[in-house]
Amino acid sequence: MTNSNKTQQREPLFHITKRTDIPLWKSLLIRVGAIVLGLLIIAIICSIMFGINPFAVFATIIEGNFGTERRFWILLQDTALLLVVGLALIPAFKMKFWNLGGNGQVLVGALATVAVMKFLGGELPDGIVWVIMLLASVIAGAIWAVIPAIFKAFFNTNESLFTLMMNYIAEALVLYFVYIWKTGASDTIEPMPMGNLPTIGNPFLLTIIVAAIITVFLAIYLKFSKHGYEISVVGESQNTAKYIGINVKKVVIRTLVLSGAMCGLVGLLLAGAIDHTMSATTAQNMGFTGIMVAWLAKFNPIIMVLSALGIQFLTKGMGRVQKKFGITSDAVSNIMIGLIYFFVIACEFFISYKIHINLKSKNKAKNSDGGNK
Amino acid sequence: MKKLLTLLLTLTLAIGVFAACGNTSDSSDNGNKSVKVGLICLHDENSTYDKNFIDAFNAACNAKGVTAVIKTGIPEGQKCYDEAADMADDDVKLVFADSFGHESYMIQAARQFTNVQFFHATGTQAHTVKLANYHNAFASIYEGRYIAGVAAGAKLAAMYKNKELKPVNFDDDGNVKVGYVGAFTYAEVISGYTSWFLGVRNTFEELVEDKSVSMQVQFTGSWYDEKGEETAANTLISNGAALISQHADSWGAPNACEKAGIPNVSYNGSTESRCPNTFVISSRINWQPYFESCIDAYLNNVTVGYDYTGSLGTTYTDGSVCLTELGKTAPTTGTQALIDTAAAKLRNKELFVFDVSTFTVKGVHLDSYLADVDDLKDDKNQSTYEPDTEVIKVDEKTGIKYFAESEFRSAPYFDLRIDGITLLNQLY
Repeated sequence: MTNSNKTQQREPLFHITKRTDIPLWKSLLIRVGAIVLGLLIIAIICSIMFGINPFAVFATIIEGNFGTERRFWILLQDTALLLVVGLALIPAFKMKFWNLGGNGQVLVGALATVAVMKFLGGELPDGIVWVIMLLASVIAGAIWAVIPAIFKAFFNTNESLFTLMMNYIAEALVLYFVYIWKTGASDTIEPMPMGNLPTIGNPFLLTIIVAAIITVFLAIYLKFSKHGYEISVVGESQNTAKYIGINVKKVVIRTLVLSGAMCGLVGLLLAGAIDHTMSATTAQNMGFTGIMVAWLAKFNPIIMVLSALGIQFLTKGMGRVQKKFGITSDAVSNIMIGLIYFFVIACEFFISYKIHINLKSKNKAKNSDGGNK
Repeated sequence: MKKLLTLLLTLTLAIGVFAACGNTSDSSDNGNKSVKVGLICLHDENSTYDKNFIDAFNAACNAKGVTAVIKTGIPEGQKCYDEAADMADDDVKLVFADSFGHESYMIQAARQFTNVQFFHATGTQAHTVKLANYHNAFASIYEGRYIAGVAAGAKLAAMYKNKELKPVNFDDDGNVKVGYVGAFTYAEVISGYTSWFLGVRNTFEELVEDKSVSMQVQFTGSWYDEKGEETAANTLISNGAALISQHADSWGAPNACEKAGIPNVSYNGSTESRCPNTFVISSRINWQPYFESCIDAYLNNVTVGYDYTGSLGTTYTDGSVCLTELGKTAPTTGTQALIDTAAAKLRNKELFVFDVSTFTVKGVHLDSYLADVDDLKDDKNQSTYEPDTEVIKVDEKTGIKYFAESEFRSAPYFDLRIDGITLLNQLY
């Protein structure tokens, strides 16, 4: 008796168990609840710090995304771009190859595009220039991703550090070429008049269509193709993969070519269809935000549409809040967005695990049924 | 036809004859709250450059009773056009942008939204693209730097007379050495250090017979690089600079000067708080008069020219070109009177900063110089950098021949390498 009392005293306040059978509706409810809670906290902070009516905050977030036709299209376009970067990362991530080089791969794609526009735009028929731009950007992105992949496959180098370092090299390269090709007194390349990708319907639609095609392609590729299966086997266990005769080196390299090519494609869209120029910030840090898109959707391409949309919705909404209420420090909206992320990520914990609180009053009952969890 | 007429009208008003310049008509009757005025910023208030715009913008909008709409963190890309268009969609009547690289996107927006006025600070293309609703702005900050140079020249003369200078402070020809930390080797910075140097040299030569001044310039290749600016200042100090000024945005150079006990002429604002022993004076651009005159022009339905060049005000704080109070310890006695005289002469156009009789290029006083003012483009939209405009003028009243900086467009184009200044490096 004394013995068991002692163990009870040592028992922590709560313990957790893994959930295996949470119904879908319940997990969705927890997620929605987390977002609502996050938004509530944001509204309260806004009203305390800046004296803004909390309801006005919500209304402004909506207005920032759907207030005008232009905002709605830009929301879709930016979602599409972020989605493709996120999609580009998941084949590598499923293989447990941590590709943190999205930014760099997008940047070299943009660099290759701008180079083609600069030297071939107006020299060759547009159609041919577009094909060369596509090839150049995709190859550039692929090369940028495959270099770390080769080192990983043959020398087992750390891919996170390697891809991260490749970002800095890409950024420096872009800065260098901006400096060489600058068109004015300052270090900027003005929008290129020649070799721009065609406008379909409106300036935003091309990007959206490309993203839709890639989403469907990647969903099928990962789920139904032999390549997709190999990727998941390599991710689960390299030894198993070797045992069943999968050439791991080949899979790593092939997958990173795909990953980099897709990032390169984003560079093409940014430089060739949207900005018509490049700068060191062309990638808009999507290589990192894309990681969030991928993880929030648990690497499911279709659900990633929602996570990318959610992140862009929030970013644009908070941008509008800042603008509307005259807040001139970007830190404010970054903190607010960070808070929402915090709630969303934290709620995943409650979806995966159940918390049992060990109250003293329950001890008796516990003792009587001798249960021990 | 109507468009052509407005175009002609703006042409006549263009460049230097900005009608509302210095306009003091007071229309702050607060009946204008429905008028929205927008500002697009590259960074946010944590950047001193953008903060200078944001503060002036809010003050101007308050004074005129219009609604300020500020968007921060807009990169120099398509996002700038998107934001300008978004503001136009929101019925914002005047849209300002603060960064050089925003220009082409502002022009794109101006072409599309002809009923909205677009203004771009530091840009160069308004007088070339000739859109009735697109305008550039800058300030004749070279005049502010010249005045700051006068204060520095007085200090330097006092140091010479008090025998505070060491042998290392003199160059081979016996001139007193000063130093300058610059960001990039473009016209904007060249115009700045040359005007400052002329202020120093003219004043020193006036106060000290048979002695002159020479200057070394070290570039950092960045507008904001605290460590780089500190290193550059230390290089100049170890080369024997007796006094230092800078055109870059961090505390690097002033702090290095304070540590070494070298007098410093600052930029963007007073550095007295952290550099009490060495701070001499500082010049800065104040954008408030510019914002106010543009808003006034809109409210009073006055057409504005392609370029707005802000100038010295009636005091040192109410114009586009401002000067701080003199430092409490570093400047020498009698400095205030000297800078007051220089400022008065500049205001009355009796003194010209780039008076060609005061400097030589390769030993010659210039009679003629073509500068790259129009920023012409070839068919690939690449700047040709071809000189296109004669910029040496003779003032009718005084007969002084001078380099007419910021008269043919607001942004600086003075890029002469005058004698007496040595560039230690060049960074573009």
